[in-house]
Amino acid sequence: MGQWESWSAFWDMGGAAFYVWGSYGLTFALIALELVLVFQRRKDTVQRLLRWRRAVGKDSVKRNGEGYTPAMESEQ
Amino acid sequence: MTKPERGRSLLRFASPQHFYPLAGRLAPWFAAIAILLTAIGLWLGFFVAPTDATQGQVYRVIFIHVPAAWMSMFIYLVMAFWSAVGLVMNTRLSFVMSQALAPTGAMFCFVALWTGALWGKPTWGAYWVWDARLTSQLLLLFLYFGFIALTRAIEDPRRADRAGAIIALVGAVNVPIIYFSVQWWNTLHQGASVSLTKAPSMAATMLTGMLVMAFASWAYTLAVVFWRVRPMILERERHTEWVAAELERAGASSQAAGGRA
Repeated sequence: MGQWESWSAFWDMGGAAFYVWGSYGLTFALIALELVLVFQRRKDTVQRLLRWRRAVGKDSVKRNGEGYTPAMESEQ
Repeated sequence: MTKPERGRSLLRFASPQHFYPLAGRLAPWFAAIAILLTAIGLWLGFFVAPTDATQGQVYRVIFIHVPAAWMSMFIYLVMAFWSAVGLVMNTRLSFVMSQALAPTGAMFCFVALWTGALWGKPTWGAYWVWDARLTSQLLLLFLYFGFIALTRAIEDPRRADRAGAIIALVGAVNVPIIYFSVQWWNTLHQGASVSLTKAPSMAATMLTGMLVMAFASWAYTLAVVFWRVRPMILERERHTEWVAAELERAGASSQAAGGRA
């Protein structure tokens, strides 16, 4: 298998297992965490905006939907 | 903003209404590319690239360390670019893009520091030294944190956008300092192994593995930033007809899936 005599030699990384797997482990953990947070945020935003739309009713859509509006809390 | 053009101009994607579905369509493709390139890059890095003559196996940290460090600098420059565009052209989407990029840039910056520390210990004998490269990279992490904290702390989005844009632009000065620090100062950190002017000072398979991982990081960044920017756009455009329609659709599909929080 390429550069390695056995799987145990691979996992040992020439004695540098802690440094190599510590690097890869944290990196992939952070990527997984980032993806979870991104999808969680999408779900939260959609739920919150749906609640807000029900609360303000038809006023949620302005004739001219341009520009910024005050923070949502102050509109409720 | 004028009425969206019917033409094929790419500029119409500068409007949130057109960019939102485009980002949603592109993100899964970039994610797939990222997974494929990561698999190839890891295979090259662990099974094709030879043992390093002086460092042994620990050098294999390079396949994430260097791409992460490149991405952390590149993303900051892209944030500064969108901030400048936002300040000059007053385009709504620009500031949102730079804010969607920041967490991913911070993640890569932290990964570069973390993998650097784990690489430094066995090769230099220390997890951390206050050399110019490491110190300026740590400053970059604080710039990312500062940008994220500031844009989230200010409630008025217009003021948050502008304050963030100023941090992004001023902080961009730090990026060339990081990049050239190994030339300008006598650093413990080694010089660039890859440059545009010289032949790379590493084995071809090592270099290929590193570049493939760098492209994987690009694809990942595009995917995750497109996914992150979409709810930010919904939030900002919530008074428009198209967001109302999109929310109905998203709400209906999440109910159909049984996902009620």
